[in-house]
Amino acid sequence: MTVFLIRRLMQAVVVLFVMSLIVFIGVYAIGNPIDILISPEADQIERERAIEALGLHLPMWEQYLVFLQRAVTGDLGRSFAFSTPALELIVERMPATLELAIAAMGISILVGIPLGMWAGFRPESLAGRAIMAGSILGFSLPTFWVGLMLIMVFAVHLGWLPSTGRGETVEFLGLQVSIFTLDGWSHLLLPAFNLALFKMALVIRLTRAGMRENLLMDYVKFARAKGLSTGRVIFVHVMKNIMIPVVTILGLELGSVIAFAVVTETIFAWPGMGKLIIDSINQLDRPVIVAYLLITVSMFIIINLVVDILYSVLDPRVRLKEMKS
Amino acid sequence: MTVTTPDRIEPAAPAAEPAVVSPLRRFWIEFRENKVAVAGLAGCILIVTLAILAPLISPQDPYDLMQLDIMDGRLEPGAQGMAGQTYWLGTDDQGRDMLSGILYGIRISLAVGVASGVLAMMLGASMGLLAAYFGGRVDTLIMRIVDLQLSFPAILLALIMVAVLGQGIDKIIIALVAVQWAYYARTIRGTALVERRKEYIEAARCLALGDARVVFRHLLPNCLPPLIVVGTVQVAHAIALEATLSFLGIGLPITEPSLGLLIANGFEYMLSGKYWISFFPGLALLLTIVSINLVGDQLRDVLNPRLRK
Repeated sequence: MTVFLIRRLMQAVVVLFVMSLIVFIGVYAIGNPIDILISPEADQIERERAIEALGLHLPMWEQYLVFLQRAVTGDLGRSFAFSTPALELIVERMPATLELAIAAMGISILVGIPLGMWAGFRPESLAGRAIMAGSILGFSLPTFWVGLMLIMVFAVHLGWLPSTGRGETVEFLGLQVSIFTLDGWSHLLLPAFNLALFKMALVIRLTRAGMRENLLMDYVKFARAKGLSTGRVIFVHVMKNIMIPVVTILGLELGSVIAFAVVTETIFAWPGMGKLIIDSINQLDRPVIVAYLLITVSMFIIINLVVDILYSVLDPRVRLKEMKS
Repeated sequence: MTVTTPDRIEPAAPAAEPAVVSPLRRFWIEFRENKVAVAGLAGCILIVTLAILAPLISPQDPYDLMQLDIMDGRLEPGAQGMAGQTYWLGTDDQGRDMLSGILYGIRISLAVGVASGVLAMMLGASMGLLAAYFGGRVDTLIMRIVDLQLSFPAILLALIMVAVLGQGIDKIIIALVAVQWAYYARTIRGTALVERRKEYIEAARCLALGDARVVFRHLLPNCLPPLIVVGTVQVAHAIALEATLSFLGIGLPITEPSLGLLIANGFEYMLSGKYWISFFPGLALLLTIVSINLVGDQLRDVLNPRLRK
């Protein structure tokens, strides 16, 4: 296990290094770093000073080292638009995004697993077919358009839930406690559902496939032969085996939910990281873009690492194979 | 491209003998078993036809300012314009006929989706074939990159690419290719690894044919079926991703009004109940993506030799 952990950790460091190199090349080498990192409003003296401070007069490889050094110490530049450190700006918005992502994950699990299990248990039934048709739709519906339709139906037409899509940011949702208040939930529900839809379709498909596969296995027959009730066979024996792929995929998808939150946040004017990055790209606020990319990439690497470890804990076969190789 | 997929298999298929059902025909017989997939195929054909014929069948040229009347702005579906014409799907804030806008939008969305899909397939297939054929270090290097890339969601990579490259139709296509090639590479590598060990490859190499010839004339045609399946699904993904980026305002420039941009344009009017500016382009997008996905699903079943009866 230790060997496995160390190997994965080393891989994670290599990936992080490679990604930092890519972002560096992208922003510093392909684009003009002076234009990218120094505000266009700066005068000549300020520019000179900034070039000196950022080390832009140094050769490329030295610049990369400086960039790495600054990144490691958490200095990713200052935002042009907000004049605050880019890192701080992103960390400030992170709770809102995480809250949205976790709520979306929760919804997709709570809805997706029971539906998927039913569809796998009774694949030929009307409900089973309807669930599968719904999941195809869930895959095909463009997230942003569904978001618009949700706003149209629930916020504009029925007026049940607030849509924050008027361009204003809702300050009280920036705090993590919003999830405990009723008003917070009413704001969270639409965006979280919107974000959950795609994952729900995925969970349904995975659970259904796992269910169908496992129901044919010998251990199910054996459990039935022992005289266990259908409920016990499904919820204890089969469930355990279905969970392995579902947990892995969901873990990996948590990162993708955070990335896709970009779309949902923009539609519902959710004051998270995703909306920040889109605004930054539109305003060419490049320090924030660099900081966002580095932070998200690191987050991904950590998530992938945790999932791999979790996977090896859940499924001993993987651990053994990794150890041998 | 989806529509032409049945033809794309033709070169790979041997010439039919009179008494036997030709592979293409058998393919069609199997394909049409699923009525929903046939409907999807019909949808694809319809959408491609509409896209190609857009300039001929649109009631107006939505980007010729002379034909627009600002007085007709934000009319409801079915309303009459100042000049007496009927706007079946309503108009946007500029008085632009939504039906015409959508027809032109499909054209752009489809062009970007198919162009990036084809380029990504060419790049990905070459990489995957190289990896499978040469093995060893080449394989490790290419597949490491593929694994690395696939561990990040498409939208994040697209964001990185857009942030680095900037906007523009060519840049979006580059971004989409960069996001997608890995799927093709992984798919074709899997198939090619199996095919590589077969006798016909050995035979071709015994004839002292060049590596390039063996890879592209012998190996590639036999790896096509899974590639076609992935290609269909990826084109749908590319269209959805482009629409998403355009909707976010970081995709295509406003001079290339794809479906995503049309939807974005209607966003601000949605809150005042003027749903049609966003609703109908979204419906067109949905129809496109669902049709392609249905065809892709059925292709997967038909082209999968394991499921063949």
